[in-house]
Order: sequence, then structure tokens, then C-alpha cells
Amino acid sequence: MEARDTALTGPAAPGRLRLEAPSPRYGEKAIKGLLAACAGASIAITVAIVVALIGPTLEFFQEVAVTDFLFGTEFTPLFNDGEFGVLPIVAGTFSVTFWGLVVALPVGLGSAIYLSEYASRRVRNVVKPTLEVLAGIPTVAFGFFALNTITPILRDNWPGFLGDPPGIFSAGAAGVALGLMIVPIIASISEDAMSAVPHGLREGAYALGATKMRVALRVVIPAALSGIVASIVLAISRAVGETMIVLIAAGSTPNFTFNPAESIQAMTAFIGTTATGDVPTGSIKYQTIFAVGTLLFAMTLLMNFISIRLVRKYREVYE
Amino acid sequence: MTDEAADRRTEQEEGTDAKDAMAAAHGHEASLRMDALAHHERDQPASREAVFSLADVKVTYGSTPAVRDIGFDVYKNHITALIGPSGCGKSTLIRCLNRMNDLIPSAKVEGKVLYHGEDLYGPKVDPVQVRKLIGMVFQKPNPFPKSIYDNIAFGPRVLGMKGDMDEIVERALVRGALWDEVKDRLDQNAFGMSGGQQQRLCIARCLAVEPDVILMDEPCSALDPISTGRIEDLMLELRKNYSIVIVTHNMQQAARVSDMTAFFTVELDEDETNRTGRVVEYDDTEKIFTTPSDPRTEAYVTGKVG
Amino acid sequence: MSSAPGGGWVPKRTEIAVAGAAAATAASLERPPRSDAVKGGVFKAALLFGVGLALAGMVWLIADAFIEGRSRLGLDLIFDRGSGDPEKAGLWSALLGSVYLMVGVIATVVPLGLGAAIYLEEYAQKERWWNRLIEINVQNLAAVPSIVYGILGLAFIVRGPADLGFILIAGSITLALLVLPTVILAAREALRAVPPSIREGSLALGATQWQAIRRQVLPAAVPGIVTGIILAISRAIGETAPLLLVGATVFVTFDPTFFSDDGYTALPVQIFQWVTRPQDEYRVLAAAAIIVLLGLLLAMNSFAIWLRNRYEQRW
Repeated sequence: MEARDTALTGPAAPGRLRLEAPSPRYGEKAIKGLLAACAGASIAITVAIVVALIGPTLEFFQEVAVTDFLFGTEFTPLFNDGEFGVLPIVAGTFSVTFWGLVVALPVGLGSAIYLSEYASRRVRNVVKPTLEVLAGIPTVAFGFFALNTITPILRDNWPGFLGDPPGIFSAGAAGVALGLMIVPIIASISEDAMSAVPHGLREGAYALGATKMRVALRVVIPAALSGIVASIVLAISRAVGETMIVLIAAGSTPNFTFNPAESIQAMTAFIGTTATGDVPTGSIKYQTIFAVGTLLFAMTLLMNFISIRLVRKYREVYE
Repeated sequence: MTDEAADRRTEQEEGTDAKDAMAAAHGHEASLRMDALAHHERDQPASREAVFSLADVKVTYGSTPAVRDIGFDVYKNHITALIGPSGCGKSTLIRCLNRMNDLIPSAKVEGKVLYHGEDLYGPKVDPVQVRKLIGMVFQKPNPFPKSIYDNIAFGPRVLGMKGDMDEIVERALVRGALWDEVKDRLDQNAFGMSGGQQQRLCIARCLAVEPDVILMDEPCSALDPISTGRIEDLMLELRKNYSIVIVTHNMQQAARVSDMTAFFTVELDEDETNRTGRVVEYDDTEKIFTTPSDPRTEAYVTGKVG
Repeated sequence: MSSAPGGGWVPKRTEIAVAGAAAATAASLERPPRSDAVKGGVFKAALLFGVGLALAGMVWLIADAFIEGRSRLGLDLIFDRGSGDPEKAGLWSALLGSVYLMVGVIATVVPLGLGAAIYLEEYAQKERWWNRLIEINVQNLAAVPSIVYGILGLAFIVRGPADLGFILIAGSITLALLVLPTVILAAREALRAVPPSIREGSLALGATQWQAIRRQVLPAAVPGIVTGIILAISRAIGETAPLLLVGATVFVTFDPTFFSDDGYTALPVQIFQWVTRPQDEYRVLAAAAIIVLLGLLLAMNSFAIWLRNRYEQRW
């Protein structure tokens, strides 16, 4: 090996072994500050959302009593002598959500159980991502599907004993489309929860002669229950916050009913319609948009919070 | 054959068996002694100038002490080995020497660590500068997912070293005993190299920034014996220009390459909950392996305890 | 956890295992095996029916749009501008609007999202409360309904402090805020996938933290980050509700620009407009436009998957 060039690099070179920084490294501190600001921007956004909502909402409640708002059953804010009871549009939202769950729960849970307990690895690796595609389809397409296809089918095949068939707009048509949209949420997260159940639990039951169905229903589902419930809560949160499907297919008149054949107006649709119309800034009609927005925001935040706690719980049991 | 003859023959056989057994049991000791003695015949390093002076060094993670009461000097142009069973804080201690423990938020270093007489943990000391002067090679080779050239050039580039980069890279690879093998494929990805080559690349990468000290945390434990041998030869060459501290589980390796050896052990504290590492003995390698002062050292180096 | 008959606590797994065993034993003692097989068969059939419904629903949705809009698919759909006459109407203004919007989204969300992700993964000490607050906050923002982002845009960007008016940049910023949590989450995943040994190796050579990040960690994480950004864009490009609130509702027959207040539109907004018209021609147009949108999404997602497979770093 060659002799080392001590002239260039030997330890005898003066000052070479200094331990102080060659320069104050301000650049490092500046970069760290800049990056922290980016992270802090997310807090700023939340604050901005709250501020954007709260201001007009508080002004709203100076005109309308909170109890009238939350518990009133007449919602006609755009009339000059309007009523501001929000229950009809809340009912509209939850009606559509309910009928959506009627579709999504069996389909989503059934898919989850099938993928987790019955399907081979290859089938699962193909079907699960395919279901995810459903989650990527824009909601306008679902709205179109609801109006164009689901509504005529419901109208033409409405069983007589359920009363009058739906019109052009109905909670049921929007509900079915919405249900299809939230199937991937329930299926994916429930399937994750069920797959996380240790095999030993299943094997113990199989060894005692239990059938697959019994193991799925009596062992796996109870074990994965908090994850399954979390998926449902998350799906509801998503359904409540969804705008385009209800805007296109559910209707635009508040209607306090859970009848799937009737047209209703959901909270999101109210906001969407009113905020794009001719509404003078600062008027009570304008402020109603924000009051409903605050209610919507609070509901989804609460549901999201619950679902996160449930997910944490199912992760903890097995780790 | 008569019974008597048969009996005598069996006795002889048994005797041979017994001798073989004894040879096997003491062979371990004997081979260590031979390695250490062979060492003695090599060039002794010149003077005993201290590069590091440790006194009352204690490292705690959170509230658990990992090592305590560490006090010894590391000498210039010597290879100093830290040996001992698993979990007695050898890696923890070596990471104090280049302030890598700073990266662990719960780690606290107390006591004095002097580098050429200066407090390594002093208020004006820049950890980044420390790591330029005191380099480290890790247990598992960790080349960057880049070309061989870019791996070596990374250090000089970020440190703003002057000079022709091609020359710097070549010099580092020559010193790292890797140049001949890779000179025709410098632009190939480092991940394509074998484990032993990757580790020599990491050593060359460390050499490229012109350090003063090289720390090695079990550098050969993930490598095959041939690669290990080449790295040990490399260490003996590098000793001429650098000071080396090596943590190793392999006693024979310590006996082969090191000039000074520190033997670590782990002690339980009073309530038998915490295990803390300490240095039992620190001396010339030859002495540690032939005539250790402490019975615990002897028990370890003779293989009586793992 | 509950207590066992002899006192002492029983972990949940044991409870469930015992329940399973009890169920199995009860079943084998009470019922004859044949009805079990029948029940099992019916159950499995029901499950398959469920999966089938989900897949069929998806196929039906796409096919429905295709069948309905097939007659209008063609180059003139892409290149004609909006028009009052459905025969002459095309998507050019909307497509251009969407492209411009996405450019604005990328310009906003990449520095902001990447910066936040780098800070949270590389600099922030995980135990500090304010860092955990930021993490929880990002998670919550990901669940806020899209129309609330529209309200945010309306209140702060279109009116309020920024007071930009109903211009395209306002739409970009609003959409950027909507997908920011997704980008932050994806970028963090990509950074986390880089092993700590790379960072340690860089620092041990005397690099500063930013040098290590910029020269080693970030380049290694780029494929994952780019994939995440593409996925965020494919979400943003289909969003309608926030855009409705920040001004993209004007009937647009010209090419939009970033800052003019003549108005702008985007692909999903155009679809929405056509869907709400009663005439049959508009229904066909809407369906054709949906196919274009789905095609665009397919192309983007395929590209993202190809990118990930081609450039993914195996450690």
C-alpha cells in the first residue's frame, strides 16, 4: 500500500482536529424552521376551517335560537319569513345513508368475510384491489348512475305494497348508489380486521369440529368486531359528507321523511345548492349555509374520532 | 490377542483419547496465546499518545444505565478492541466516541470524554465536525443505493473537500484495498457487490473524508471468514495512519489484530432489575489473553463463560 | 378481560377461543351434520352473492356510462368547446380547466406536503405533544367532507383575506388543501420505507441532517412520493363539490386562464352541469364525458403503478 500523503492530510496539519463547526450552520436551522412551518400549515388549515365556519354560525345563532335550529322540523331558510329547523335535511342525509347501509352492509361485510375466510390467496389478491377501484370512481359518475339507471329501475319495479313509486328524485335511488360507493370502505377495513385475528383461534375451533360458517360467525367476527364497527362508522361518516350523489339524485326540497320513495334534501346538497345560488353575503340565508356546515363538520369529526379509537382498540388486542 | 494385551491396548487408546480431549480443551487457549504472541513479533506502534481519554463515563437510556464507570485511554495508531459478552454496552460506548448517541433522544452521556485533550461533549463542539474526524463502520454493511463512485464521493462532496474528485475516490479505494477489484466498474450500483466488498466499500467511504479515528462496530460479524481475513489485514495496514477502535464478539479476531483490549462484563444492580456494563480489565492484548489479571477475564478468554 | 370461575383475569383471546370451542361442541352435539352442510353452503353462496353484487355494480356503472355515451365519443368531444347547442358542445374548456387546476394543485401541495412530511418523519421528536397534535390533525383533515373545503375556499380564498375572487387559482388552492393530508400520509410512508442505516451511514461520515436527507433519504424515497402525488391528483381531478362553491359553475365557452375572473370550469363540473339538464342529448354528453374522465383516471393510476414497479427501491 502506498505511503499516505501526510503533507495533505496528516494529523500534523495545523487546526485539522478542531471540533468546532467551520461555520454557524444557519442554513440548517432555517431549513428546519421552514419544514416545521409546512407541518404547522396543517394546523393552520384546521384553524381556518373552524374560523370560517364559526364566525357566520355565531351570527346565525344571534337570529335563530339553537334549539329552534337543532330541533325544528321546518326548513325553509330561503323564504323571506323562513323557518330554520334543520331536522328535515338531517333526516334527508340520514335517510340516504340508511338506505345506503342497507345495500353496503351485507355486500361489504359479505365480501369481507368471503375474502378473509373463504377465498384463496390468489383470489383475494385479485378481488381486493378490484373492489378498491370502486373507491376511486368520481362521485359524479355515481350520481349519474343513480339518476340514469337506478331511478328508472326503482320506478318501474316498485312493489305495490311499499306505497307510491319514487319520482325522478328519491332518497332510495341516491341511497343505492351511495351504498355502492361505500362498499369498499366496509369491505377493506373489515377484511383487514378479520385477517388480523390470529389463526390459532380459528384452528382451535376447527379442531373441535366447527364448520367454516360457525367459525366465521362465532369466532372471527366477535374477535374483529371493533375493527368492523370502525369500518361502518367510517363509511357512515363518508356517506354523510358526500355531496354529488345526493345533489344529483336525491332531490332539492327539504322533506322530513325516511321513505326511500320520496325526494329529500341532504345537508350537503343544501350547502351545494344554496352557496352557488344568488345569496347576498351576510344575510341570514348566507349564514344558514355556515350553520349547516358547522353541524356537518362536527358530525363527521365525531364519527371519525370514534372510528379511530375503535381501530386502535382492535390493533391493541393482538399486539 | 491375549486379554492382557487387549487390556493394555485399550488403556493406550484411552490414554490417547484423554490427551486429545485435553488438547481440544486447551487448544482454544493455546491458539489465542499463539495469536497474541505472533502479534508481539509485529511492529509495535510507536508511542502511547492518548487519542481518547475516558473518565467516569456513564451512559443511560431514559432511566436505565447502560454502561458506567468507564475509564481508560485509547492510544494513537493503536487498534483497541472492546470485547465481552452480548449486552454489556460495548456498542453503546463506541457510539459515544463519535456522538452517534446524540441521535437517540433518551440517551444521556455523563463523565468525561476527551479527544486529544478536548472535551468531546463541550458546549462549542459541533457533532457533525466530530463525525468527520471520527468515522464509523457499522455491523451490517450499509452502502448507499448509488454507484460505487457516488458512495465514496458523497462524504467529500458534502464536506466541500477541495481537489479532483476522481483522485479522491481513487485514493480512498486504494487505501481501502478495493481499487483493483472495482476500478473498471465504478459506476455500477454498490448493491451488486458481495457482503465483504460492501463492507470494504464502507471502510473506503469512511477513509475518503480523511478521518483521524476509525470506529468499527462488529464490522465482520455479517461476513464470511475470507472477507473477514481481508478486512483484518486492511485494519493492520490502516493502523499506520489512523487510530482504530473495534467492537468484536470474536475473541480470536481481537487477539489477532488488536494492540490493546478492554474486556467488558455486565453486572446486575442490587434489585436485580438493571443490567449495566462495565470494563473489568484494560491492558495490552497479549497480556489479556495470556495472563489476565481478573478471574472474570480469564474465564471469558478461555471460553469457560460465553 | 373478565374473571374466570376460579378468580383471576382471562385475556380476550382465551374468551374468544373458549366461545368458539363451546359453539363448536354445542353444534356437534345438537345438530346432525347434514343440515350443517346445507347451512354452510347457503352461507357461502350468500357471501359470494355479496361479492358478486359489488363487482357487478362496479362493472354496471362503468358499462352504463359507456353504453349511454358511446355515440358521442370521439375527437370532437375532446376538442370542441362548451356550447349551448348539445350537438356542438365539447370538453376542451373543461379539460383545459382541469389541467390548469392540477398544475396549480401540484405547485401548492408538493412543497407544502413534502415539507410537512419531512419535518414529521425526520426532525420531529415523536414524544412532543405538539408533534402528536399535528399528526392527529392531519388524520382528521383527511376525513373532513369535501364540501367543507369548498366553504373554506369560499370564506378565505375567494372572499375573506385573500379575496381572490372566483378565479382558477382559488380552485387550485382549495383542491390542494383537500388532498394535502393524502400527500402528507403518502410521503411519510415513502420516507419511512428508507432504512435508518442509510441515515446513520450518512451522518457518520460528517453530513448534516439536511445533507443526509436531501442527498440520500429523499432521492431514495422519490418513487414512493411521486406515486403518492399521482394518486392525490387522481382524487383531486374527480372532485366536484368544492369547485362548485369556489366559482367553477359559470357556463364557459372559452379557454380559461389562471387569474382571469371570466370564469373557469373543470371536467367533473361540466359533467355535473350536463347531468342536471333534462334533455336526452345532454344525458349522452354527460355519459361520454364520464368515460373520458374514467379513462383519464385509468391512465394516471396505471402510470403510477408502472412508476412504482419500475423505480421501487428494494432494500
